[in-house]
Amino acid sequence: MGLFRSQLYVPCKGPGMLQNCAYMNADAVILDLEDSIAQGEKDAARILCKYALQNVDFQGVGRIVRVNGQDTEFYADDLEMIIPCCPDAIRLPKVEDADGAREVDERITAIEKKAGIPVGTVKVHAMLETAKGVLNAREVANAAPGRVTAISLGGQDLAADMGIMRTLEGTELLFGRSFVVLAARDARIMAFDTPFTDLDNTQGLRDETKFVIQLGFSGKAAIHPSQCKVINDAFAPDLKTLKKAITVVHAAREAAARGIGVISVNGKMVDKPVVEQAEAVVARANADNMPEVEDL
Amino acid sequence: MKILHKAVAGSLESSDVLISVEPADEGLSINIESVVLKQWGARIRQVVEESMQAAGVSQARVDVRDHGALECTLKARIETVLLRAGR
Repeated sequence: MGLFRSQLYVPCKGPGMLQNCAYMNADAVILDLEDSIAQGEKDAARILCKYALQNVDFQGVGRIVRVNGQDTEFYADDLEMIIPCCPDAIRLPKVEDADGAREVDERITAIEKKAGIPVGTVKVHAMLETAKGVLNAREVANAAPGRVTAISLGGQDLAADMGIMRTLEGTELLFGRSFVVLAARDARIMAFDTPFTDLDNTQGLRDETKFVIQLGFSGKAAIHPSQCKVINDAFAPDLKTLKKAITVVHAAREAAARGIGVISVNGKMVDKPVVEQAEAVVARANADNMPEVEDL
Repeated sequence: MKILHKAVAGSLESSDVLISVEPADEGLSINIESVVLKQWGARIRQVVEESMQAAGVSQARVDVRDHGALECTLKARIETVLLRAGR
């Protein structure tokens, strides 16, 4: 599975944006059949999405489809039409408990079998958008191993569910974000953050992205192409951190070749967790094609 | 498939196509307006005819207003309009 740092919502409304998904600077696009589509256009959006998945060259950009929720009349038809097109993942709104995650797993499994697709091909990113959903994050994250590969926080709907207003500093989402990340890490799956909705505030987007990276999120949704590069750049490590990580990874590789477990770098003991952190930093630099990692 | 009532799908936005289908007493009539009619008019007609044939539609009036849609978009809009118009 590829990178998911920036995930751009693209409404399946008109073909113009759909056929240019490869050129938006996004690691992945979320082809939307849900909130951005009017009730009377759900059929057209679903069919347009199918043809786009079958015909458009996404050039390696991840293809996620946000289907309509399990409590809607559109949900079953969305999955029946979209799963055979093998998107990388389905983003399922308003998952509230393990039963919801298991239900979508069983439904997708049946469709994959019918279509002759290996079971488990299409992953699920479960959206936690209510207080109940967030509090059940651990159960959702562990409900369908191999199928649910990410949980994401839906900040706007969560704020509405809690009867609160979102703020720039995001204090009201701090517990939810922290809890979702912990649940995801516990289940060894990814955690994705909610979009930053003020399109004119680039610095605010940069600050918020760096903050959620610090919390442990693997990616963040975007609602405009201009947000993608800002998000990707925020994931790239600073040079000082990167150089230190490269030194650690070099030392660890040399030690491994000589059969040594614990090593010392610049007089400090370096053990397995430190090496893993350094490798994660290098991976983020690699994702951003930083030249410093070329020698590794 | 029988066309039961008039239906429309798509839009007049760039890269899209607006297609309407309505019942007809006899035969299939296809009217095409396109910004790329000279280059792609014949192909658009062929796609519409093949799609109608595949769906078993032999009697209908089809109006196509193309604003530079890719073939996959044209096929998507035809599938939608037939879903809405027929049985």
